[in-house]
Amino acid sequence: MRLFVSEGAPGSLPVLAAARRAQGRAELLISTVGPEECVVPFLTQPKVPVLQLDNGNYLFSTSAICRYFFLLSGWEQDDLTNQWLEWEATELQPALSAALYYLVVQGKKGEDVLGPVRRALTHIDHSLSRRSCPFLAGETESLADIVLWGALYPLLQDPAYLPEELGALHSWFQTVSSQEPCQRAAETVLKQQGVLALRPYLQKQPQPSSLQGRAVSNEPEEEELATLSEEEIAMAVTAWEKGLGNLPPLRPPQNPVLPVAGERNVLITSALPYVNNVPHLGNIIGCVLSADVFARYSRLRQWNTLYLCGTDEYGTATETKAMEEGLTPQEICDKYHAIHADIYRWFNISFDIFGRTTTPQQTKITQDIFQRLFSRGFVLQDTVEQLRCEQCARFLADRFVEGVCPFCGYEEARGDQCDKCGKLINATELKKPQCKVCRSCPVVKSSQHLFLDLPKLEKRLEEWLENTLPGSDWTPNARFIIRSWLRDGLKPRCITRDLKWGTPVPLEGFEDKVFYVWFDATIGYLSITANYTDQWERWWKNPEQVSLYQFMAKDNVPFHGLVFPCSALGAEDNYTLVSHLIATEYLNYEDGKFSKSRGVGVFGDMAQDTGIPADIWRFYLLYIRPEGQDSAFSWTDMLLKNNSELLNNLGNFINRAGMFVSKFFGGYVPEMVLTSDDQRLLAHVTLELQHYHQLLEKVRIRDALRSILTISRHGNQYIQVNEPWKRIKGSEADRQRAGTVTGLAVNIAALLSVMLQPYMPTVSATIQAQLQLPPPACGILLTNFLCTLPAGHLIGTVSPLFQKLENDQIESLRQRFGGGQLEESLELKAKVSSKPAVGETVTATGPQQIQVLMDEVTKQGNIVRELKAQKADKNQVAAEVAKLLDLKKQLALAEGKPLETPKGKKKK
Amino acid sequence: MAAAAELTLLEKSLGLSKGNKYSAQGERQIPVLQTNNGPSLTGLTTIAAHLVKQANKEYLLGSTAEEKAIVQQWLEYRVTRVDGHSSKDDIHALLKDLNSYLEDKVYLTGYNFTLADILLYYGLHRFIILEKFIHGF
Repeated sequence: MRLFVSEGAPGSLPVLAAARRAQGRAELLISTVGPEECVVPFLTQPKVPVLQLDNGNYLFSTSAICRYFFLLSGWEQDDLTNQWLEWEATELQPALSAALYYLVVQGKKGEDVLGPVRRALTHIDHSLSRRSCPFLAGETESLADIVLWGALYPLLQDPAYLPEELGALHSWFQTVSSQEPCQRAAETVLKQQGVLALRPYLQKQPQPSSLQGRAVSNEPEEEELATLSEEEIAMAVTAWEKGLGNLPPLRPPQNPVLPVAGERNVLITSALPYVNNVPHLGNIIGCVLSADVFARYSRLRQWNTLYLCGTDEYGTATETKAMEEGLTPQEICDKYHAIHADIYRWFNISFDIFGRTTTPQQTKITQDIFQRLFSRGFVLQDTVEQLRCEQCARFLADRFVEGVCPFCGYEEARGDQCDKCGKLINATELKKPQCKVCRSCPVVKSSQHLFLDLPKLEKRLEEWLENTLPGSDWTPNARFIIRSWLRDGLKPRCITRDLKWGTPVPLEGFEDKVFYVWFDATIGYLSITANYTDQWERWWKNPEQVSLYQFMAKDNVPFHGLVFPCSALGAEDNYTLVSHLIATEYLNYEDGKFSKSRGVGVFGDMAQDTGIPADIWRFYLLYIRPEGQDSAFSWTDMLLKNNSELLNNLGNFINRAGMFVSKFFGGYVPEMVLTSDDQRLLAHVTLELQHYHQLLEKVRIRDALRSILTISRHGNQYIQVNEPWKRIKGSEADRQRAGTVTGLAVNIAALLSVMLQPYMPTVSATIQAQLQLPPPACGILLTNFLCTLPAGHLIGTVSPLFQKLENDQIESLRQRFGGGQLEESLELKAKVSSKPAVGETVTATGPQQIQVLMDEVTKQGNIVRELKAQKADKNQVAAEVAKLLDLKKQLALAEGKPLETPKGKKKK
Repeated sequence: MAAAAELTLLEKSLGLSKGNKYSAQGERQIPVLQTNNGPSLTGLTTIAAHLVKQANKEYLLGSTAEEKAIVQQWLEYRVTRVDGHSSKDDIHALLKDLNSYLEDKVYLTGYNFTLADILLYYGLHRFIILEKFIHGF
């Protein structure tokens, strides 16, 4: 037989490793062919590796070739191996080919590469640890190990892509890699060049189809139904029978909430939203809503919980916005702080404090931390050359300068980058620089700045991380980001800016400067707490007693995981540092990104105008929470999940359970005589409840929501099988059975109402009112399922919980938010900004629209650059360039500038 | 045809009397079989091969090493290529390849009818009936 391989084809790895199995049983010739050679006569597309058998037939599937070699060696097929190989072909390969394509062909790194495969890697890890076998299909290495190892090797041989926390996967991979046949295959195929050896081959392959389709998935992995032991069942029954007597007394509400020695004290922060943007759904799920679920859960566990957030108000962007709207920075902050507070109130976010960073406390605490760092030698001074506008009497931030590009001569290059040639520019290198505000020519002046000496703090940081990370619930992406920053080495960070709107720097010679967001934004959490209670230090200088959970999107990880810990460690004042850093991936909108400037996506203030209740938004956003990988908001999916999960599953079950009590038993919970089937159900519900707790304790919010839906599915099935509506008309025994089923079902509904509380607080309260659930049972969630509605309990009036979402309703929302609401929102803004903008040229179009167009130009510029960098098709580039020029024309018109006349044809 | 329905059909044709219940998992509705005395099995071809063994008709999985590998290759082809089709062009290319492969064969392995023929037939059924692609061949 003859094996055809190609240089750099990943399929060669498992095939060569498996070929050693068949050695001595058949003669094997190996031929190397080009990546585009069609070896198999009946296949239109080229495919390697291929095994030509002695009778002329072909095996063109990598797994089938490996299987054949194993079969020749006398191995027998089994179900588990088949299952792994089917999974490899249908799940792992699509994800892997996307990851390898990103890594090898597109040169991407980090999460971009790991994201697509993370779920698959986790699946392998879980399977290995659940079965507690060293190999995939048992005690010895076998076909499944070779095939999966070969598929994964190109990626995982780089330790950056083998997540530390997947311990079982880690040791399996090391073991298989160290086998001699695998080592040899790896040397032959990768030639010690690592994954780059695959480039010549992968470049010739079409883009993986998994990449063309939706790369993001909203679907969870479902767990296998567990088998129950007699012991588990007995324990569930005992707990159930104790009922309400099992509940501890409700903790009385405290104000202010303060840590208590000997108790679990949970301090929760959500990333501070920047004040002058209206948050979109991605921002809301990324931090505020995720943290809210955890805070509510923490309170249900009777943990001593403080949840805080606030608006981040200082900085250039606020100054710019103030100029645009003709208000003072303080007025802008006041206005937008109120908008933020309203949005979060509507979403039912249970902050203990929603503060802001522009307070005297912020100044006091920031300056104190600075002084401590300064006196301990962790602050450096250096001179920075910067442009200063004498007319405006201030140094110009990059976005306040424009001029001629020093590289290509383009006349409207920005202070940081040229839109035409795309090169990065130092603002001082611009020719003919202009102040964007007054159009006069700024001069180069040197300015003193302060730097946080991160290299000097790096060792302390690493020590702290070594003590903190193991066993903590830092999300994998946060670990990854911090690790890569440390790998590249920390550099001093400039912590001052030539601005007015900020925390003043308490140092002689720095009177005109303020602290930069890198330094003082995260101190906002402390100052916001200090505005809530004068005993704030009991939370923030108490690492022994307080667990700090910080929620954010992944772009915020360096501030929280690195810069603030360095400041706090250097200040040597026993600060509470983050114990669990919970970072989400990104949420996309339909198939693209949220964009304020293009008016695409749903923003916080618009959600309430859709007529869809806040709890439904909360449910759907949490259901698709970008946990572990990016996910996408989709209107159709929202309709689907509302109608299938909420209406037909959860709502239907809870409503039926309550209706049976009202209709058949006059509103009184009937006597329950549990059969062994009922006891099994109790145990299943208990198991799922415990799973819910395990997940939420690890802040796996999206996965825990599935447990709720699983329980109600069990409940629906239970009712369906036992048919209480028929039995109630039957014999005495039948009626008793109907009573038991109804009673158990309504108790499951009561349990669900509590489990649902972190996710859908209003719906939860409605269910509890309908069932008249006693107060302690509403506010406490134990790890066992108790009978909280005993026989004889009188429930209230039951009514449906959810409404169906209709297709045409969703379709019209999709159209409204798909990019069409730009004009509407501009109009709204025009109404609120009463005064005309100062400083800008007054034209027919408003400054907001100019901003919109400027953003568009930037975006389009990026598209063109990217295409050029990828050496894309000329016509495609030309089309995008045309769009760019058109946008620039519109912008020039809007800004009231004379049109640029194109200077001859471009040479090419 | 949903995977569960397909497996039920297969059970009947194998002469298995006791019908299994299947659940579906995830976005692609992958079938799951909860077996009585062991862990559950996931995946269409995995479950199908299991049913064949249950019915004591192992010959449907091929009798020689070569046949066994070929059967599994086409089962994989079924779940990756036939179920993964995205456009009419893809389907057309797939049918063309199959047609040229089968030109000198009675069944996928040559002369023996196997599980691969059954599942590929089920998988192709909908294109051939709905799209009448077969007229092209």
